[in-house]
Amino acid sequence: MTDNNKSHNLEKFSYDNTIVKWFAYATIVWGIVGMTAGLLAALQLVFPVLNLDLPYTSYGRVRPIHTNAVIFAFVGNGIFMGVYYSLQRLLKARMFSDFLSKVHFWGWQLIIVLAAVTLVLGKTTGKEYAELEWPIDILIALIWVVFGWNMFGTILKRRERHLYVAIWFYIATFVTVAMLHIVNSIEIPVSFWKSYSWYAGVQDALVQWWYGHNAVAFFLTTPYLGIMYYFVPKAVNRPVYSYRLSIIHFWALIFIYIWAGPHHLLYTATPDWAQSLGVVFSVMLIAPSWGGMINGLLTLRGAWDRVRDEVVLKFFVVAVTAYGMATFEGPMLSLKNVNAISHFTDWTIAHVHVGALGWNGFLTFGVLYWLIPRLFQTKLYSQKLASMHFWIGTLGIVLYAVPLYWAGIMQSLMWKDFTPEGQLRWQFMDTVTKMMPFYAARAVGGTLYLVGTVMMAYNLVKTIKAGSFVANEEAEAAALSTTYVAHEKDHWHRAIERRPVQLMILSLVVVAIGGIIEFIPAFLVKSNIPTISSVKPYTPLELQGRDIYLREGCYTCHSQMVRPFRSETARYGEYSKAGEFVYDHPFQWGSKRTGPDLARIGGKYPDSWHFNHMQDPTSMTENSKMPAYPWLLEDQVDVSSTVGKIKAMQKLGVPYPEGYADIAAADMEKQARVIAASLQNDGITIEADREIIALIAYLQRLGKDIKGEKKETAEK
Amino acid sequence: MKFINYLASITGIGAYPLVSLFIFLLFFIAVGVFVFKGRKEYFKYLEELPLSNND
Ligand code: HEC
Repeated sequence: MTDNNKSHNLEKFSYDNTIVKWFAYATIVWGIVGMTAGLLAALQLVFPVLNLDLPYTSYGRVRPIHTNAVIFAFVGNGIFMGVYYSLQRLLKARMFSDFLSKVHFWGWQLIIVLAAVTLVLGKTTGKEYAELEWPIDILIALIWVVFGWNMFGTILKRRERHLYVAIWFYIATFVTVAMLHIVNSIEIPVSFWKSYSWYAGVQDALVQWWYGHNAVAFFLTTPYLGIMYYFVPKAVNRPVYSYRLSIIHFWALIFIYIWAGPHHLLYTATPDWAQSLGVVFSVMLIAPSWGGMINGLLTLRGAWDRVRDEVVLKFFVVAVTAYGMATFEGPMLSLKNVNAISHFTDWTIAHVHVGALGWNGFLTFGVLYWLIPRLFQTKLYSQKLASMHFWIGTLGIVLYAVPLYWAGIMQSLMWKDFTPEGQLRWQFMDTVTKMMPFYAARAVGGTLYLVGTVMMAYNLVKTIKAGSFVANEEAEAAALSTTYVAHEKDHWHRAIERRPVQLMILSLVVVAIGGIIEFIPAFLVKSNIPTISSVKPYTPLELQGRDIYLREGCYTCHSQMVRPFRSETARYGEYSKAGEFVYDHPFQWGSKRTGPDLARIGGKYPDSWHFNHMQDPTSMTENSKMPAYPWLLEDQVDVSSTVGKIKAMQKLGVPYPEGYADIAAADMEKQARVIAASLQNDGITIEADREIIALIAYLQRLGKDIKGEKKETAEK
Repeated sequence: MKFINYLASITGIGAYPLVSLFIFLLFFIAVGVFVFKGRKEYFKYLEELPLSNND
């Protein structure tokens, strides 16, 4: 085209393939690690002995390791692999700085290693998908900026005036993830590896799921769509089906996605208008999502005859189809009546894995099979093995998802089942026992998927061995002229896409609107969260107990949110109110009920029940699948941290009396001795300074305040 | 305390979803109009960008 300045002084330069290779290796290695952790967690649900009675290998810690590893390590490195390869070629320029590329790569791997170590050790914020503690949060922000800097540097020195649609997806990813990460990670440090969320209760929940949902949107979706828009046309060797569609789909997607977060909080104690917003926008989301899927599939259709022979295309077809399925299901799950059934069950887990295994996994595999032979100037070692990987992986996805859909719906219906006399028909434990064959089948599906991934690793290693790596790929292109001659009938959008910085700002504005409209009312209007006079701050011992609850990841299996359904109030007690959570930094509503809700557990059982149950759950509940926590009986509560914790809470506005921090330790000891004495009464001898005492204090507190309020009003 | 009390306690809160939808609609229409006014050769050029490197 004329405006691309076809002057004839071509510049010679080279593409940096080394950085692409490193990210490719990292995504393979971390993919296997993360999936193995997932498989372990899946097996632990069936065979609790696999928790090994050790803190480090207990489900509540393994599960966050799995989620963090597959999202931020497997997909994260996959994103960077795709971006670093395609960006250079689309812009006809080497990455801005090899040094920044290296800092980015090693910084990201450092974050992953730190994450793994701290999560194993139980250092966690207790917020799902944002578990990493504040020093790592800061490191993530820094490395993210390095990535952005490197990307924008490259964009600025590009030799191609126009930014292809994939690059907008990368830019939107960069700005939005930065915003989400920073807003959600605002926390007040207590010590180097401990902090409290700045937000409490309802607000924390709104921020967390705004973040959580958009992590799906802007970490697992938009960068991968960018990758799809580059690698799918590349692999089929024809342009994307409709470029116009890609523009509409891009803007609609980023605009709508940002609002959808509250669909994770339907029927909870969040304001009604926020829930309605979440539902409306989630349903609308189907349109731009399917815009992307249709564009992907129709691009592939141009090479339908080749799909049978080319394994890369097979992976792409399933990936895009899985994206379509997951994004159809997502809006359905956001409908209130469907959500009433699906929420807190394995249905959600199945839904997520269709996206994760199908869309992210298969797209990554397809790109790897396409890319590695090219980087090494050779042919794939074995097409047959790759084809086997495809089939075993697809079978793995089906075997993973189908049993969980079934199990999730079945369990939910059992939870809601009443006898004709109006009694709940099933004990919670009955529903857990019913899950076991399904959980076992899911683990088989996961195993197949993992085996496929290992086969790919072998295939690629063999390919690499046979090839010779091109570290710097020579290329040439004309430099951009400094003056841009506009077209007569200039198009607004081309004006934007010539200006990457404006494009970034516009994307930021678009995504910020959603966030702002969602949060401002929740934060400014106090009446939004009415206080309940009987709700008091946690005692120091309960606070310590709560931190143990966070550390052990109890929230990965237990909710603390009774929804206003008869089936839930009959099982657990009064439904949860927003005012109950005003001192909860962070909130612990959870998202999955592998075990029963604990919002009303206080006073349900004697202290000794909890003691025995934590030491060995099966001693209290036959066939329980909950891990045992024997170390809580040995380890002492870290009393020295109490002062700092109370002070931090005071800074966050929790109304402990002034100077309370100094006497908190004494209060703590007093309360602990009462619990130790009550245990003694039941024949259990234990020191009052043990962690189990603090945890019991916390559990016995849950839901007590509301019960207190009822008594007060009754007495009046 | 009733659930509905604090859900409805912001005055005019019902307008929020409406306003948001409206903002989105305007934006969406704007994008739509401009995209379909765009010229064919231009999109053709953009489409070809990933394919222009031979590797
Ligand atoms: C692997 C999932 C899992 C994890 C992690 C888990 N639990 Fe459980 N929990 C269960 C299951 C399943 C039950 C139901 C069977 C039983 O009573 O043991 C249960 C039951 C309970 C009960 C009894 C609830 C009732 O109403 O009868 C309490 C209390 C409890 N868990 C506390 C905890 C605490 C505290 C932690 C963290 C230290 C924790 N759980 C971690 C799965 C889990």
